[in-house]
Amino acid sequence: MNDSAIDQKPQTNSIISGAQLLIHLLEEQGVTHVAGIPGGANLPMYDALTSSSIKHVLARHEQGAGFIAQGMARVSGEAHVCFASSGPGATNLVTAVADAKMDSIPLIAITGQVSQTMIGTDAFQEIDTFGLMLPITKHNWLVRSAEELLEVIPHAFEVALSGRPGPVSIDIPKDVQNELINFRPKSIDSTDVKAPCSALDENDIREMLAIIKNAHKPILMIGGGIIYSDACDDLKVFAETLDIPAVQTFMGLGVLSNEHPLSLGMLGMHGAPFTNLVLEECDLVVGLGVRFDDRATGKVSDFCPRAKFVHVDIDRSEIDKVISSMYSIHADVGDVLRAANNSLQHVTRPLWRQRIEKLKESHPLRLDGDDDLFRPYGAIKTIASMVDDSANITTDVGQHQMWVAQAYPFTRPRQWISSGGLGTMGFGLPTAIGMALAQPDITTLCFSGDGSFMMNIQELATLAEENLNVKVIILNNNHLGLVRQQQTLFYKKNLSAVKFQQGVDFAMAAKSMGVNGMNLGQVDNPHKQLTKALREPGPWVIDIPISETEMVFPMVAPGGSNRDMIHGEEQ
Amino acid sequence: MSNENQSLLKLIVNNHPGVLSHICGLFARRSYNLEGVMIRPIAGSSSHKSCVWLLVNEVEKLPQLIRQTEKLIDVITVEQHDMKESIFEKTEQFFI
Repeated sequence: MNDSAIDQKPQTNSIISGAQLLIHLLEEQGVTHVAGIPGGANLPMYDALTSSSIKHVLARHEQGAGFIAQGMARVSGEAHVCFASSGPGATNLVTAVADAKMDSIPLIAITGQVSQTMIGTDAFQEIDTFGLMLPITKHNWLVRSAEELLEVIPHAFEVALSGRPGPVSIDIPKDVQNELINFRPKSIDSTDVKAPCSALDENDIREMLAIIKNAHKPILMIGGGIIYSDACDDLKVFAETLDIPAVQTFMGLGVLSNEHPLSLGMLGMHGAPFTNLVLEECDLVVGLGVRFDDRATGKVSDFCPRAKFVHVDIDRSEIDKVISSMYSIHADVGDVLRAANNSLQHVTRPLWRQRIEKLKESHPLRLDGDDDLFRPYGAIKTIASMVDDSANITTDVGQHQMWVAQAYPFTRPRQWISSGGLGTMGFGLPTAIGMALAQPDITTLCFSGDGSFMMNIQELATLAEENLNVKVIILNNNHLGLVRQQQTLFYKKNLSAVKFQQGVDFAMAAKSMGVNGMNLGQVDNPHKQLTKALREPGPWVIDIPISETEMVFPMVAPGGSNRDMIHGEEQ
Repeated sequence: MSNENQSLLKLIVNNHPGVLSHICGLFARRSYNLEGVMIRPIAGSSSHKSCVWLLVNEVEKLPQLIRQTEKLIDVITVEQHDMKESIFEKTEQFFI
């Protein structure tokens, strides 16, 4: 039997395989890139892929493939696809899928599975992918016939993108991929997908505005939901017209430019002191597209002790999950803002704004060493000054991530892309590759740490192959820095398993995989070399040595109240 | 068997393979106490729907539990029902 792919689009009534049908359906969804790794159980998909216009990006580990697809999805807001084979291919994808679930990212994970006759026999590379993906996806499928693909694939995209976005996974046994069917396009009944919420009620808007009107010290708490709803401009009009200052969650950084006079920056565990102190005094918090994560609220019973809460979210199960609101609207935050903006009257709040300015002056965010290239804030500020506002930023997870969240001057939505909910070390490099694939003309900066970077360092080879404009900056203290910091602050400096006995020459590692690399501590004119590396096209790994005693301040102890911030000594 | 900590939910769901996994998986990972499950396809239904009766041992978390259950893609409706004369009361004799 010749099971090689046909070289044209399927015609109605032509006989095609399930795998060919899958690729055709992905093309119909507008898929341009698939990141993945082939293996025994998805061979038919890869056979069909060669005759498609879809560009395949060959990752070096399935987790890398998952994060490459995530990078494309996060920077564009579109759904993006990754492929893996059965067994270890699928288990390797799990972390990237779970990460997408926590941050509401429309990722489509498509895995090969052993043939249906083999399922349940402990076949080679068989694993219960359906069971593995079930708790970490918005929805998932095990496809039982080629015919089912006609429904499942469009449905999967709709589920991933509708309402609160999220990842989906589709497991396709090899016999389904090989099954021949008589192709005929199927019109899909889109009413199959439940509406995320009912139509907006004008009374809800009136009630919300009345509550805001009665408040003396209101604060907006703005989150990633506003970005996903494409409503940052609407938020700006809303905040400016009602003169309400806004705190941003980690996922909401960039909703308001950090230069904006109403922006109070990030709240929570590593938020600016004045930001957390303003929340101690406010009498109303309007949560817009936020889920009151524990890193933002600190100890919930002490969060905004004088405030009542209004909560707007598209996911009804987020309302009253953590915080009991006095009023809530279950709706798309963009629809709510646009409806509200139709009936706003200008307000000014000179006293509240003055009070906040005073707190800002007395309790500023201190960025120690921001003029020294070999200290964390200095490295970040210097690099930010060398690229323009168009650069996209991603990070790994740890101290460097929090330093960037605090200090990088974000000016627009989707400029800041980081693993918020799951906090996945190894996120940065493959995500940066995805961001650069989606927006190749924009420089992508990936701030990393030496601990995180080792977790997906193999994707440097993928980066070299794609020759993308990705600049990796490693703030290298040869430690698991954030763990070291917690052991220092909360475990009496009993440092346990945080120092790497064997350091890594990251510049040499980069070169070995075809990427330019340098250790900024070993070059003659570091500023000049850094500028050159950031501005010339193509990938770079820039290793910046920093001291392991650097810490992220302020810090709220996990489980502690946001008012109890630990501050570092001035250095 | 009436117990004031217990609630009775009736779900209408798509009769897919795996739908019960989605429901039970949700209850397990959010640590909701599930005391009883009854599931059958809806009689005479040509639209491939099933009816699920759930006996849950949650009071405080019940609203959150219902909202989470409603979010499942294959769950069409969730209703709360009276315990009295429920399916679980009528079948008590099979569980001794």
